Amino acid sequence: MNAVVDVTNLTKRFGSFTAVDGVSFTIRENAIHGLLGRNGAGKTTIMQLLTGQDFATSGDIRVFGQSPVENASVLQQLCFIKESQKYPDDFKPKHVLRSAPWFFPHWDAEFAEQLVDEFRLPTNRRIKKLSRGQLSAIGVIVGLASRAPLTFFDEPYLGLDAVARQLFYDRLLSDYAEHPRTVILSTHLIDEVSNLLEHVIVIDQGRIIIDEAADDLRGSVSNVVGTAAAVDAFAAGREVLHREGIGGLASVTLSSLGDADRAAARAAGLELSPVSLQQLIVRKTQVSEKEFELSA
Amino acid sequence: MAVDESRPIFLQIAEQIENDIVAGTLAEETQVPSTNEFAAFYRINPATAGKGVNLLVDTGILYKKRGIGMFVADGARARLVATRREQFTTQYVRPLVEEAAKLGISPDQLADLIRKEEAK
Repeated sequence: MNAVVDVTNLTKRFGSFTAVDGVSFTIRENAIHGLLGRNGAGKTTIMQLLTGQDFATSGDIRVFGQSPVENASVLQQLCFIKESQKYPDDFKPKHVLRSAPWFFPHWDAEFAEQLVDEFRLPTNRRIKKLSRGQLSAIGVIVGLASRAPLTFFDEPYLGLDAVARQLFYDRLLSDYAEHPRTVILSTHLIDEVSNLLEHVIVIDQGRIIIDEAADDLRGSVSNVVGTAAAVDAFAAGREVLHREGIGGLASVTLSSLGDADRAAARAAGLELSPVSLQQLIVRKTQVSEKEFELSA
Repeated sequence: MAVDESRPIFLQIAEQIENDIVAGTLAEETQVPSTNEFAAFYRINPATAGKGVNLLVDTGILYKKRGIGMFVADGARARLVATRREQFTTQYVRPLVEEAAKLGISPDQLADLIRKEEAK
């Protein structure tokens, strides 16, 4: 499959702070990617670099085969929905929707209108007077109706309620199915989006710690619970992502257990339980923090 | 079906289709929902749903009619039932016997329990 984004050895420094630290990855055409990580991990910086809104300190970025910086032929294929998009003070949502086709050649006005109804967005109210959730709804609507070949959603739903978020996921899936395109979704609500993702990239402290197909990640990690002695005997020699204990009981998070390992664990009287993508990322980012401290 | 966290989703989709074929909900030679319909219904990525459907195409349980969609193959149900019977011992009987032994239930008592359950 074609890569629409190809990044090699990308580094971005702000003074002495390294926000992005020599990362390399590709984004496959027409797949929904999750760009996940903790606050300040470097997600937004990477998206700003990919969309030509900031300059890399070093490294190479190819978007649709070219550098995105001040490159109209690349930029008109992108849509970047930011966490807190600013609009001119006297703008109303209808102005945003009316000017959108100037920037997005694939804009679907009918779809946008449908979304305005579904999200109950008052289009004739001044942007200053909108609630946080309504502001986010504008971003979501623009991001979906722009049908840009490469769409970035950076924490698009601050203040959106559960109903509106579900609506966003449903419309994203159905419109993506009809109009396949490349989507990069950055969010903290990992459990909510994990089933939507085809590929997962996790950033921690400016580095990529996971870059895998979502289906390969699923089931790759398990919690093993039992008496401390049995758990530790089973975990010996394996990669332990996390361990906690209470009294004589222990619970460890282990990666890559095969069918034979699972059978052995059950035979040893241990309980196995799945680990969600969100828990997995919590565990992995904790581990890399420890490694970081050790190497420092 | 609720998507569970422990296994790849495409396997769960494939299993769900198999269950529907075994139960007779999806009859042979009828059309199965499209990849996009599965994706919307289960709220999963369409590529993942497609992977599940393709798994069954590869094993000959489903077949593709060009330009129309996916259909349940002739003889699919009998083949699935045969496979599941083979797995029945390891998946159901063995754990049942092991648990019964732990609880001090003899094989005869176990057989009695099964007959009582059947008679309900």
